[in-house]
Amino acid sequence: MSGHSLHSPLANSSLLPPTAPPWRIRRSPAAWMRKNLFSTPFSGVLTICFTALAAWLLYQLLSFAVFDAVWTGGQEECRANPDGACWPFIVEKFDYLRYGAYPVAERWRVDLTLIIGAVLIVWLLWKRAPQRNVAALLFFIAYPVVAFVLLRGVASLNLPVIDTVLWGGLLITLLMSVVGIVFSLPIGVLLALGRRSELPLVRAVCVIFIEVVRGVPFITVLFMANFMMPLFVPDYLTPDRLLRPLIAIALFSSAYMAEVVRAGLQAIPKGQYEAAKALGLSYFTIMRLIILPQALTIVIPGIVSTFIGLFKDTTLVAIVGIADFLRAVETARVDPNWAGPTISSTGYLFAGLVYWIFCFGMSRYSQAMEREFARGHKS
Amino acid sequence: MQAILKGLMAAAVALAASNASAATIEDVKKNGILTCGTNSATAGFSLPDNEGKWTGFVVDYCRAVAAAVLGDAQKVRFIPLTPKDRFTALQSGEIDILAHNATWTSSRDTSLGILFAGTYFYDGQGFMVRKAENIGSAKDLDGASICVTQGTTTELNLADYFRSHSISYSTVGFADEEAVVKAYEEGRCDVLSADSSTLNASRQRMANSDDSIVLPELISKEPLGPAVRQGDDHWFNVAKWTLLVMVSAEELGVTSQNVDEMKSSENPNIRRLLGVEGSIGKDLGLADTWSVDVIKQVGNYGEVFDRNIGKDSPLKMERGLNALWNQGGLQYAPPVR
Repeated sequence: MSGHSLHSPLANSSLLPPTAPPWRIRRSPAAWMRKNLFSTPFSGVLTICFTALAAWLLYQLLSFAVFDAVWTGGQEECRANPDGACWPFIVEKFDYLRYGAYPVAERWRVDLTLIIGAVLIVWLLWKRAPQRNVAALLFFIAYPVVAFVLLRGVASLNLPVIDTVLWGGLLITLLMSVVGIVFSLPIGVLLALGRRSELPLVRAVCVIFIEVVRGVPFITVLFMANFMMPLFVPDYLTPDRLLRPLIAIALFSSAYMAEVVRAGLQAIPKGQYEAAKALGLSYFTIMRLIILPQALTIVIPGIVSTFIGLFKDTTLVAIVGIADFLRAVETARVDPNWAGPTISSTGYLFAGLVYWIFCFGMSRYSQAMEREFARGHKS
Repeated sequence: MQAILKGLMAAAVALAASNASAATIEDVKKNGILTCGTNSATAGFSLPDNEGKWTGFVVDYCRAVAAAVLGDAQKVRFIPLTPKDRFTALQSGEIDILAHNATWTSSRDTSLGILFAGTYFYDGQGFMVRKAENIGSAKDLDGASICVTQGTTTELNLADYFRSHSISYSTVGFADEEAVVKAYEEGRCDVLSADSSTLNASRQRMANSDDSIVLPELISKEPLGPAVRQGDDHWFNVAKWTLLVMVSAEELGVTSQNVDEMKSSENPNIRRLLGVEGSIGKDLGLADTWSVDVIKQVGNYGEVFDRNIGKDSPLKMERGLNALWNQGGLQYAPPVR
């Protein structure tokens, strides 16, 4: 009797309706597909059509880039095969695409600069690396000097000075992006703080700068810097042809960055400011320790997407005669020694691949950062 | 508004002229290097090779000027320029000489503060058609659809030509040359029209390049030449005569190979050309050996043509209008004396 009564509420299964096992456990691939891809006849048809389209496109791309491609040989082999990419062309032009006209004997300096940069970036971005603030100091303070000395050269250090008209290719694209990224974030933070400042003059200057820069197309600024400035300014005061777009890109991206950062600042509840003030902290301490760390974390996607946009905007410098990576591809493809029906397509495919690798890398890193930082208030 | 803009531009040009020194040749000698503006990438005319070294027809002209002034054809700094910024770069003194595929026109000579110093390439708008169509002349193009690059003088020239010959036609316009070539290949038009200097390069990029031919007629005049700033007659002369001695050298049979033997030639024209007699070098403010330096290091006009765009190059252009005057072309140099 006692045993029976102890079990009775559970044993009497007729009182409780059977509950389904949790949805996630039961889900088989077939069930998942039925729910997500074939829930109605219409969505089933759509699924089939678009899968077929995607497969066909992928097949076209792969057959051009891989299956039918020419992997060895020269111009004749490529001309003989109008259906596939001509990779020997990329192999032969690879050095030109990376360095432009940088003198062959001095190209180790570019390599060294890039290796140092890569090591510092990995050190800086890898979360478990020791002494990451040392890496930050080296990257933001020491590295620009080292890169300048190595790339441009200093005659007294036995490094011949390389005229910037000779720089080109991926070197220019990376240089432009790194300069833009390194300068835009700090300047952007200052501009964003300035725009929210209670000092009217500071606020006015920041607002005018941001609005003027955002109101003018980047190409216009490049044209002004390149075509009008040399007409009005004496020759010895005109900055180097490469320096002009570098300055333009740094100022430009900082104006956009300022608005991204400001969005983050506005998302911080007022209580945070008030509580910090109640503790008697100074303005800069509040910003450094309380507001900015939270604000910047919120806007990581915006910051990274500004960086990605900046990386791709560097191609615009080609219109003022700077041989960036895309321009180098365009130069390489008109070489009459490699004339053929697939040369241009191969060049552009390669360019697209290189840009995608860099941009996708940045995007993935930002997603990892978000997961790392946003644990507290992720929806 | 238009007037204000024009005034601004004029002021800018005047300012620019004062920036640039009046004696370009002294600047070049002082710097020990010639700064030359060229096309950023045009097959055969101006293109960096795999190591980034500039090669091409207009590039060789710059090297010839460097050889004339500095005695060394390698002492050139090339600045690639787009069609938009090429004249500004010259006006502002950023470059010493412009060797671009720029057409010599009256308005450019008079309103831009620059002067063209001759014609190194007689270009003109031509046509490419499929061999199978059996078209021998542009006059047979009645009713043809023509692929062109939009927004260039190409379309205007077509309109002029076909109207004056009362031939009907239609154009199919594209944003850039690459798209024009693709469209022609896919059969979206019967004819491809562009400057003859680029037609051969375009033809080469096609899968079936042997199926098309370039018609012999040119329907527009596009004389391409080097340009210098106005107000520096000395430098203008150097730019002009560097080109002319290259043409003279071809006419007199002086090549980069035989220039040293030719110095002992009995022909007074050759002796004057090479500075053995006369004083052309001194009169131009150059070394007596300047013409020998040009011919030896760069070559005569024919050598430069053949090497870059003519029979020894992948482009295989005909000399056509660019043959010497005594061979049916227009290249003619006044006498050196």
